[in-house]
Order: sequence, then C-alpha cells, then structure tokens
Amino acid sequence: MDMAQYIPVLLTKYNYWVYITLMMIGLWAMIAKNNLVKKIIGMSIFQTAIILFYVSIGAKYGATIPILRHGHNGAHEAIRTVDYINPLPHVLMLTAIVVSVATLGVALALSIRIHRRHRTLEEDDILTQLREP
Amino acid sequence: MTQHFPALLVTAPLLCALLVSIAGWLRPRLCLPIALVGLGVATLAATGMLAQVLTSGPIGYRLGGWDPPWGIYYFLDQLNAVVAAVVAWVALVNLAASHRAVQADYEDKQGPFYTLYVLAVTGLLGMVATGDAFNLYVLLEISSLTGYALIGLGPNRAPLSSLNYLFLGTIGASFYLLGVGYLYIVTGSLNMADLAELLKPLYGSLAVTTAFSLIVVGLWMKMAFFPLHAWLPNAYSQAPGPAASLLAPLMTKVMVYVMIRMMLSVFTVDFVGTQAVLQQAVGWLAVAAIVAGALFALAQRDLKRMLAYIVVGEVGYMVGGAWLGNRIGMTGAVLHLINDAVMTFCVFLAAGCIFQKIRGTAFEDLQGLFKKMPWTMAALAVGALAIIGVPPTCGFFSKWYLIRGGLEAGHWGFVCALLFSSLVNVVLFFRLFEIAFFEPMAEGNGHGDHHGHAPAVAIAEAPLSMLLPLMAAALGLVALGLATGPLVKYVITPVMPTGLW
Repeated sequence: MDMAQYIPVLLTKYNYWVYITLMMIGLWAMIAKNNLVKKIIGMSIFQTAIILFYVSIGAKYGATIPILRHGHNGAHEAIRTVDYINPLPHVLMLTAIVVSVATLGVALALSIRIHRRHRTLEEDDILTQLREP
Repeated sequence: MTQHFPALLVTAPLLCALLVSIAGWLRPRLCLPIALVGLGVATLAATGMLAQVLTSGPIGYRLGGWDPPWGIYYFLDQLNAVVAAVVAWVALVNLAASHRAVQADYEDKQGPFYTLYVLAVTGLLGMVATGDAFNLYVLLEISSLTGYALIGLGPNRAPLSSLNYLFLGTIGASFYLLGVGYLYIVTGSLNMADLAELLKPLYGSLAVTTAFSLIVVGLWMKMAFFPLHAWLPNAYSQAPGPAASLLAPLMTKVMVYVMIRMMLSVFTVDFVGTQAVLQQAVGWLAVAAIVAGALFALAQRDLKRMLAYIVVGEVGYMVGGAWLGNRIGMTGAVLHLINDAVMTFCVFLAAGCIFQKIRGTAFEDLQGLFKKMPWTMAALAVGALAIIGVPPTCGFFSKWYLIRGGLEAGHWGFVCALLFSSLVNVVLFFRLFEIAFFEPMAEGNGHGDHHGHAPAVAIAEAPLSMLLPLMAAALGLVALGLATGPLVKYVITPVMPTGLW
C-alpha cells in the first residue's frame, strides 16, 4: 500500500472530507466550549454537515435540475437519468432542515430559560451556582 | 374504517395536538378532554390492529396511496403491533392520571403541556408503525423535540438537563440520519423491506458496516445505552411527574424497538451474525451497563434518581439480550421491552403520586409513607417486585428468558450481571421500604408523640384520578406476567427470523 493510491481518493471524494471536517468542528464545539450558545452553534454546524453530505450525494457532473421537458403534442422525450441530478436526497434535506431549525429553536428557548434563572450562559458558572444553593 | 387504523394511529393524535394548542388559548379546561379523545382513538386503533395482526397476519398501509418502495409505507407485524399497543395504552393511562399533577407542576402552561404530550406520543407511535427509514428519523425527532420541551418546562435544574439531553440526542439522531444516508448511497432506497432485499448481496461491503454502526450508535445515544447514558439520569429525575412517567417508560423502549427492528428486518440476523467483533463488544458493554446502572442506583438518595439509574441498567438488559445472537435472548429482549415499559411506568407514576402529596422524593421524605399512602406504596411495591423479578409479576419471566439466552450463548458475564443486578434491586427497594415502613414520620411532618404510643398518621393518599391509573398499571404487571405464555407463542415467536436459533 503506497500513499499514491490514496491521493485520487482524497481528491475525488473531497465532499466526504469536507463534511467530516465540518462535523468534527461542530462536535468539538459541543464538547469543548463552555458557553451554551457556542455549543448550540456547534450543534448547528454538526447538523449542517450532514445536510451538505446528503446534498452532495445527489449531485452529478454535467447534470441539470430534474425538471423533465415535454416534447410537442404532449410526447415525452427519452429521459437519460445521467443528465439529471438525483432530487430525492435534496428533498429529504428539506425535512432535515426543518428538523434542525426546530431543534435550534428549542435549544435557544431552553437557554433563555437558563439565562433567566442564572443570569449567565457559561456552563461552569451555572454549575457552581447549582452546587451552592 | 378498520383498514385505516395505521393512518389513524398517527393522524388522530396529530390533529388533536393542533386542537389542544388552540384550546390552550381559548378554553384551557378543554385541553385534557381533547387530548384524551386523540390518544383514545390512537389506542383504539393500536388495539384493533393488534387483534387484526394476531388473527390475519401483518398489515401494510400506503400513506397517500403511493406504492412502496416510493411512498411511505406503514407496516405492522406482531412485533410492532404489540409495541404500539403498549405505547398507546401507557400514554393514555398516564394522560388520565396527569390532571392534578399538571395543575400543580405546569400551572399556567397546561395548554403547551398537553400539546407537547400528544405530539410526543404521535412521534412514538409513528416510529413504531413506520416501515420507512427516513420517516422514522422525522418521527424520532418529533418525539425527541417534544420530550426536550416537556422536560425543560420543569423547575430548577430541568432546563439545563434538558439542554444536555438535546445536545446528546441531536448527535444521536444525526448519526442515525448519516447511517441512513450511507444506506441510501449503496441501495438507493429508504423502505425497510426493500432495503433488506437490496442489502443482501452487499453484506461484505464496508459502507454497509459503516451504515449499521452509525445507526446503532445513534440509537444507543437516544436510548442511553451505558457509556452514552450521561443525559438520562438528570433529565428523567428532574422532569415533572407526568412528563417523567411518559418519557422514562416509552422513549427508551421505543428506541430499543427500533434497534431490534433494524437488526431483524433491515440488516437481518445474517448480517448481524457476521459482525462477530461488534457482537462480542456489545455483549460486554451490556454487562457494563447493567452493573454500572445497579451501582449508580445504589449511590442515590432520591427515589426518582434511583429509578432513572435503574432505567440505565434495564436498557443494558434489552440491548444485551438482543445481541446474544440466539432466539431465546431475542425473545427475552422483546418480552422485556414490553414488560419494562409497564413496570417503569408503574414505578415512575408511583413516584409522581408521592411527589404530588409530599413535594419531594428524597429518601428522608419517604419516612412513614406506608401508613400515609398505603395504596401508592402497595403499587410501588408491585412495581419493585417486577423490577427485581419475582413471579408472578412480568419481570420474572422476561429475566428468565434473558438468563436462559445468556446460558445458551455461553455468555457468563451477561448471566452474572443479570443476577447481580437483581440482587442490587432487592437491596435498593428493600432499603426504600425499610425507610417507608419502619422509620417514623420526620419531625414536623407527622404528629408529636408525647403520650408514649405510636402517632396516629392520617391516611393522605394521592387523588383518585392518579391512584386508579396507578392501580391499573400495577395490575397490568401481574396480568402481563400471567399472559407470558400466549405472548411469547402468538406474538414474539412468529416474528423471530428463521436464521436465528
């Protein structure tokens, strides 16, 4: 196994590397950051990485949006699937975007509740406050 | 009508959630009745489908009339019909018990509470009924998001615990979604039955193994399988009573069901059997989960926290049983899933009743409670016997299957862990009963004892609207135990795949 054979993998599958990098950035923020809002931002990056992954798997080189053109008199032209990108992963991501927006909303609402009670969003300070009532 | 039961199961509570939220603004008193109607219809549909499945075999339902594998297909066989019925019944009975506790714990937020409650049940029932891997993700997030909100509405630490649950739960759901993405890349399908066929020639593929690992790890985060359990104890012990007794019994159990469905119907046992290293690892993780759950529970000085750690251990039972790789273990896992939903419900509802009267569940608050709340404590005792595994309560039978499965697989660690956990449960509950039975009421809590005789403690039970559902749950534990034979014969055996021995 020499390194040369991995180079094409790195170059042609760059979409996967991008999504994994983004995912790890998000995960790192969720684990390492002390501020709750930064954690929430990390969570959003994490979810967006997966959305990008799905969007990228539907894309093809030289393909166009999947709107079929009808010929004259209602006749169908022959459809070559290679010419069209796969719309299904993109449609799935519409739902996933809604889910991630809802998650973001719930997370922000919870952090507002936490801020009202503790007057801070730093997790360390909140835990100190909770330890000494 | 009857052929539309699978659609009613989800649409009835969904529409009622909308009505409840409107009623929350206009006529808050109508919230509970509307919610009851919604879940009542769902429960009726679930029970009707169980009867249908038992008499005439699995039901398929095309939502919107689209044929599978293109449209979303609901598919109910014996396995999910019975899980759906249990989920619907537990949710309905808990809702019936919730009235007074919601008034006390949620005050002016009754409308939101009932809306979220009904939506959470919609998600849970949908997850059980669906035969589509992506649809399952959406429903999973519906029940999770409502769950975060139900917990986050609680007092003190609850919002922070809920936010931590949200972070870990979102990572879990995202892993599941990623796994489904890999499955879509290799097969181009999302329908579970279709996936199972398309995956068969691909079992050697690394992508399929990756998809399986991602899905399973995601589900483990959602069900709080041991090393990933960190969110559960805080979230479930700080959630207000009615939310805790909905989520603690049902959320983890439905996630275990989804894992079993993935193992049996999407990847099939032939594939899982090839993952020998993973199987070994999961077996020992389950042992760790059971032992750690027991030890953590032993360290608690609060009833609800203790129960939350017992849930962590119980998840280990079911995951371990499902991964033993033999028919008896899988039977035990499914049986325990059904039983554990009811017994966790029984003990959490009892804790809710106690909290309703005493406004606390710390051990020192429970002194003399057998005299003050005899019925609640009797139900708690039945629940405790079921968790320990004493016949004729249902916990004994499922634990029996799990232990036999462990023996047959030669997994001594699992068998020892089960026995150890049962012994610890004995200690846990009898320590609790000792406090509640023998220790007198704390100062200022009961009557003064100036005349040298035992103080007369007035019975002050939880309201009847909570007590009756609790009794129903306790009786259900015994009834399920007595029904073990037919349950295994007619419900669980037919869904066991032929490849599993």
